[in-house]
Amino acid sequence: MKRALYLLPAILFLLLAGYFALALRSGRDPSLLPSALIDKPAPDFALAGFDGAPGLSLTALKGQVALVNFFASWCVPCRAEQPLLMRLADQEHVPVYGIAYKDKPADTKHFLDQLGDPYRQIGLDESGRTAIDFGVYGVPETYLIDKSGHIRFRFVGPITAEALERELLPRLKQLGAS
Amino acid sequence: MKRFGLLLLMLMALGGVAHAVEPAERLADPALEARARAIGSELRCLVCQNESIEDSNADLAHDLRVLLRQRIAAGDSDQQAIDFIVQRYGQFVLLKPRLEPATYALWFGPPAVLVLAMIAIALNLRRRRDQAEARPAPLDDAERQRLAKLLSEES
Repeated sequence: MKRALYLLPAILFLLLAGYFALALRSGRDPSLLPSALIDKPAPDFALAGFDGAPGLSLTALKGQVALVNFFASWCVPCRAEQPLLMRLADQEHVPVYGIAYKDKPADTKHFLDQLGDPYRQIGLDESGRTAIDFGVYGVPETYLIDKSGHIRFRFVGPITAEALERELLPRLKQLGAS
Repeated sequence: MKRFGLLLLMLMALGGVAHAVEPAERLADPALEARARAIGSELRCLVCQNESIEDSNADLAHDLRVLLRQRIAAGDSDQQAIDFIVQRYGQFVLLKPRLEPATYALWFGPPAVLVLAMIAIALNLRRRRDQAEARPAPLDDAERQRLAKLLSEES
């Protein structure tokens, strides 16, 4: 009995160390926040269109599995993910919709001319209110919306090739994206 | 040097009251503004994650302050205004987590550990006291004779 008691600190230490090891090895960044809107209907929005195109609203997304990408020309990580969004749109044939967060249309145009335009349609969110409704806390953020208009997944930060393979494509396939 | 010290003191005093709230953001009605400020200081800025939106200079904190004031001015109760933000950003925005089953461990864990530790210490102290109080049984005849013999050998 006594001897078992002496082992207790060692056991507690091992439990704690094991917990830390799990948390460290999972590769999860604790500063990335879970979305409050997972499995909830996407917030309604109606934004002005870009460059003479018609505006973007939630109804345009309905009936398909789509990605909604919040981006800005002033956002450096957005530049890094743009080629991957191009790949999603061109090779995987996923409809990607862009919401230009707090950006001037002229700057957005320059950004897209330079890096390519993967977006089926773009909405201009110059006030940032639509972003707040989605719970965006920093661009880029990408939302996966299913056919019924529910948010199924949110990706914070620039999409990497690894994240695309491991997190986005399986979910897209599961939801039956074309 | 003295002047520098005074300047430093003044700057430090300024630091105490400085909020990130800009004059243009404030509501005209001081009562509403006070309510907005009280709510805002309980809401986490999601960009810096360790400051309230009242204290943060982040762009998003500014937007949320303005939005919060719009809601308050439009007649939202404190709870409604808080819920409006929580719906969008989740419970993580609350600097003080709500008391509900998911947060019981958070709220009651530390007091529970304290109580357990106090019980353990009390038990331990009692055991020690009992040990100290326990006197050995008086010597029986055989022992007394052996003791007397040992003592006589010594001398």
